[in-house]
Formats: sequence, structure tokens, C-alpha cells
Amino acid sequence: MNDGKNRAWTLARLALTLALAVGFLWGGYALLRSYQGSKLLLTLIAVCWGVGSVALLYFVLNEAAEALPRKAKALVLPLVFAGPALVLLFWFLVFPTLRTLVLSFMDATGTGFAGLDNFKFAFTDPVMREGFLNNLLWLVAGTGATVGLGLLIAVLADRSPFENVFKALIFMPMAISFVGASVIWKFMYAYKGEGTNVTDIGLLNAVVVAFGGQAQAWLLLPFWNNFLLILIMVWLQTGYAMVILSSAIKGIPSELLEAARVDGANEIQIFSKVIVPSIVGSIVTVSTTIMIFSLKLFDIVRVMTGGNYGTNVIANEFYMQQFTYGNSGRASAIAIVLLLAIFPVLAYNLKQFSERKAFR
Amino acid sequence: MKAIRQGGGPGTAATVLVTVILAFIALAWTLPSFGVLVTSFRDSKDIFTSGWWTVFPHEAWMKTGEIAVDPSLDLDGEFEMEGSRADFPTWRTGVETKPGRLLKWYGNKRTRKVEIFEKRWKGFAANLTLENYANVLAAGEIKYKDANGDVISRQGNNFADAVLNSLAVAIPATVIPILIAAFAAYAFAWMEFPGRKITFIIVVGLLVVPLQIALIPVLRDFMKLNLNGTYLAMWLAHTGFGLPLAIYLLFNYISQIPRELLESAFLDGATPFVIFTRLILRLSVPALASFAIFQFLWVWNDYLVALIFLGDKNRVVTSALAAMVGEKGQDWHLLTSGAFLSMILPLAVFFALQRFFVRGLMAGSVKG
Repeated sequence: MNDGKNRAWTLARLALTLALAVGFLWGGYALLRSYQGSKLLLTLIAVCWGVGSVALLYFVLNEAAEALPRKAKALVLPLVFAGPALVLLFWFLVFPTLRTLVLSFMDATGTGFAGLDNFKFAFTDPVMREGFLNNLLWLVAGTGATVGLGLLIAVLADRSPFENVFKALIFMPMAISFVGASVIWKFMYAYKGEGTNVTDIGLLNAVVVAFGGQAQAWLLLPFWNNFLLILIMVWLQTGYAMVILSSAIKGIPSELLEAARVDGANEIQIFSKVIVPSIVGSIVTVSTTIMIFSLKLFDIVRVMTGGNYGTNVIANEFYMQQFTYGNSGRASAIAIVLLLAIFPVLAYNLKQFSERKAFR
Repeated sequence: MKAIRQGGGPGTAATVLVTVILAFIALAWTLPSFGVLVTSFRDSKDIFTSGWWTVFPHEAWMKTGEIAVDPSLDLDGEFEMEGSRADFPTWRTGVETKPGRLLKWYGNKRTRKVEIFEKRWKGFAANLTLENYANVLAAGEIKYKDANGDVISRQGNNFADAVLNSLAVAIPATVIPILIAAFAAYAFAWMEFPGRKITFIIVVGLLVVPLQIALIPVLRDFMKLNLNGTYLAMWLAHTGFGLPLAIYLLFNYISQIPRELLESAFLDGATPFVIFTRLILRLSVPALASFAIFQFLWVWNDYLVALIFLGDKNRVVTSALAAMVGEKGQDWHLLTSGAFLSMILPLAVFFALQRFFVRGLMAGSVKG
């Protein structure tokens, strides 16, 4: 008797929370859609509504699951905890990957079958060939310079009394967006044109002129302009390589370094025979991360040159195909090519993970 | 310890050399941002006509007087002034008659006017202003001086709105994935359910999948749902794309929590929800903070996702800045102040919480 009353009470409470939650979700949504007042208030409401809705969702789902009989509860509760994450993962990553794969065999509008035409474009079109070559340049020069510089700085900083100051300054660009960095470097490369009364406002041209050179429109310089764009990524990412490699170097036992010195090894031998072999794992990880980065690179090229003057890259061509030419078939094929390029890393991650026995 | 690692104590020639090299690299690394920071405070007319480094004390030619040239002086061929001989075009570009004294013909031959320049130290009173910031934040009509000092009026870029949009996008797009991922990580680590292992392997696989693979289908979904241009679309997208890393990082942390700790709570009759909110979340603060900084910087600095799902509506700082590069590519007074505005918050977060950020970087270096 008492049990029945309790049950009724639980259900009534559940219904009420559910109604309140739906009211909050829907009311907030309607309010944000129709709101016309101050932007500051809108921002506040949006933040509270967004975060609040998600918290509320879990609360209500949990209440509902807890109201179930014992056996059903054991089945449903994991679904409450992991369910929302799985829904989003499948909606935003798993299914889109499959849908993109299908689209890559369809025509520009995604309605008719196009066979392998899009992949033929992706691998043979001159625009794509330029993109591939430039991406290769980014991959080799960008990764090489970033990791090399990061390693050099990490090794040097380990021997300097002002280590932390230098590291913080070199690490700082990590917090800057690619768009912000592009503005910073566009200003470095600024070119005012020629004439008697022109003073350079770009630092690069001012330095070149001070050393007796000729001011240039750097970003229009065929082939070399790619390196000027790559320099921006090197500037942004060297701090990342430095931090990871520096902590790896700190992990080398002091006895190892000391023993090498006692044996009469000089600093260069210590670097190549002791330090590098001990941190080779970290070097590979950092290089892989930056290589993936340079494959997907988009922002810098988009903002600096828009892919013109021989600086196009694959990710920019993806954007152009979809949003400038409206060809979702070709864009999808490019995305698939990107995925294929990254696939070895994906497979390696899975292999590493299955060897780790993370699950008990 | 340190002395052994250094291979020579502090103050030795090697240490000094290392410090000098590092100082040079650090200077080169800081100079580009510093130039933008300085420029953002300069008067627009000055920016058009001189480099930002001129705000610092330096020796420069300053006009100190004029000479009216004798009308009888023959200007064909070479002629002499103050003991120097040169032809007219050379006089027009300027001749240093004495060290530190330059004569320069003004205008064409008929002016018969020569300007005197002398080397002087200048730059102690640089002309700094906050006007650029006011202009770039403004939505309506703005006015500024061009290279000739003429007043130009243009439409402002409304960066104030962009900053608010960025906040409205980035805060929920940081908190929501953390919450969702923490719940999921707890389920993966401490609950039994069918398909647990295979779904987690999918999560690991998704860690390096490039965003581009998902953009077109998700864009189609959003168009059907009429979500393009809304904050909600950005929250959903950034949550979906950020989840694999979030789940992976938090799983690694939460699965390491000692079993005894949770078992005693279960014996006390606590439900999984209570254990999660009271115990797990509190114990995982370092991991949550690491990921939060990571995700916040990523969302705030993101351009691609904003470009595609927001378009020109509700522009965030990155897309507003990129649009400004397109519209006003030479207006460096606006570009530099806009760039700096877009950088303040991430830089503050970064410097305040660098420790957590570095930890997140280490744990997350599998992500592309």
C-alpha cells in the first residue's frame, strides 16, 4: 500500500521535473530566437541557457532512470551517462564520415551518381596537384623547421639560468589564433609599393632596405611565398614542440648525462648519442601531430592569400569547391583524400590503444 | 643537479653563449606581436607614413629651416650649394652637405626653395592614442585620418559584437563537451554495458579524423533544422568535434581513480549520479581544467567552423578579423587593434593557467 503511494509520488515528481525541463529548454530557445534587446544580456542568457540545458538534461534523465525497477535501471543507467555523448559522436563524426564517402561518388549537387570522376579530379587536376605539392612543402619544411627549432630551444633552455622566461615568450604564440597570427605576419610582410616618398611600414622590407636590398611584395613572390606562410605555422607551433621535447629531456636521468661526460663525450656527442635517442618517442609524437596539422591547414592560406599566387593547399581547395563552386562531390572527395592521408596515424593509434589494455 | 645537467656552471662562457642565442630567438619570436601591439596604439596617419619602430627614440632627419635660392643660380647641369656640387635631380632627393646636415630641393625648379634637415633624436613623445580601439569596436560610422591627413569616414566593423558572440559561443562550447564527456568517461570506466569496448575504440579512432570529413553533411543537417547562424549550431558542432579528445583524456583520468574510493560510496547507498557529481567531478578537477583550457582556446581561435556554420551572421572575433583583412586590408590601425582585441582573452587564460594547459598538451598530443 505504502509502496504504491511512494510510486505515485515518484511519478508525479518526475512528471513535474520533466515539464519544467521542457519548459526551460523550449522557453529559452524561443526567447533567444526572438530576442531583440541588448547584446550583452543576450550573451548572458545564451550562456546560461546552453550550459543549464545540458545539466538539466542529465538530471532529468537520471531521475527517470532511477524511477525504473531495479533490473531495467541497471540497463538504462549506462545509457543515460554515455548516451548523449554517443548520439553526438555518431551525429557529428561517424555518420558524416560515411555520408561524405557516399557524396564523394555523387555529382556536384549530391543527387546523381558520378562514379570515380571526383577522385579523378582530386588526383589529376592541376589545381589539386599544386595543392598536393604545397602540402608536401608544408609537411616537410613546416614540420622539419618546427621540430628542429623546438628541439634546439629545448636543449639550449635546459642549460640557461633564464629558462622559464625564454620558454614562456616562445610558447606565447600558441594562444594566438591562426587568423590573428596571419594579421601579425601580414603586417611584417607589408609592402607599400615603389616611389620616391614611400617609407616601408613592414618590418621585413625595412630590414631588407636597411641592408641595401630592394623592397618586395613578398606574398606575390612565386614559390618562396609558400615559405613565408609556413614561417607563420613555425612561429605558432615551435612552442608546442619545445614544451613537449623539453619535458622529455628533463626526464633523462642525470646519471646518464654525467656518465657520458665522465667518459669524455663533448656536448655535441651527448646531444646526438644520449639526448636524441632517449627522446625519440617524443620527437615522433610531436612530428606526427604537426604533420597532421599541416595536412589540414586552412586558416593561414585563406587569410593571407586566399590560395592565390601559387599557395593553394588541399584544405583550401576543399573550402573553395564546396562554398565557391558549390561542388559537394569534389569537396567530399578531397575530404576523403585527407582522411586517407591521416589513416596511418589513425591505425597506429588504434594499435597502441589495443595493446594498452585500458579496460579491466 | 642543475650544474651537472649544464655541463659547466652558470657564468661560464658556454652558459653565456647559450643565453645570448636564446635571447636572440625569444626576441625574434616576440617582435612580430610587439609590433602589432605598438601599432594598435598609434595615430592612423602615423601608421600610414612610418614604421612602428619609429615610436622609439632614434636619430632622424628633421626639417629645421628653409633657404630661398638666389634667382640667378643656373639650375642646368651641376650647381653648388653650401660647398657641395650636384645636378638638380640629386638635389631633389637630398644631399648631405655636412655630416648631420641635409639639403633637399622642394618641389620643381620654379619654387627656388631648399629645405634644411638636421639629424636629431626624436620619438620621446610618440603620438599614442586609444582611438583605433574605439573605432574598431564601433558599429556605426567611424572617422580617421589617411596618409595625407585627410579625414576618411567608413562603416565600423562592430568588434564589440564579435567579442560578445565569441563569448556566447566559446563558454558553452567549452562547458558542454566537458560535462557530456565526463559523464561518458565515467560510464566507460566504471559501468558495464554491451558494446562498451567497441564504442570506446571508435572514440580513439575519431581522435585524428580531420574536421573537413564532417563539415558538408553536418551543414546539410543544420540547413534542414534551420540552425545555421545560431549559437546552438556552434555549440553542437564544437561539442561533437571536441568529444573524442575530451572523452579520451577524461577516461584516462577517471579510470585511474582507486576502486576502493568508489566502492565505499556505493556501500553507503549513493546512486551513480550522486557519486559522479559529488566524487568524480571533484577528483577530476585537474583533468577537467586541462581540457577546458584546451577547448576554450581551440573554440575561441577557431575560424573554419565559424566560417561555415555562422557565416556572416553573429560573426565571432576570428571571422570578423578575417573579414576585415578582406575589406580593409591596408587599414592597419583597425587590423592591429582588432587582432590585439582577439588575442587578449586567450593570452590571459593562457598565462594564468599555463600549468594546466601544458598538462593537457602532453596528455592530448595524439590529437591532430
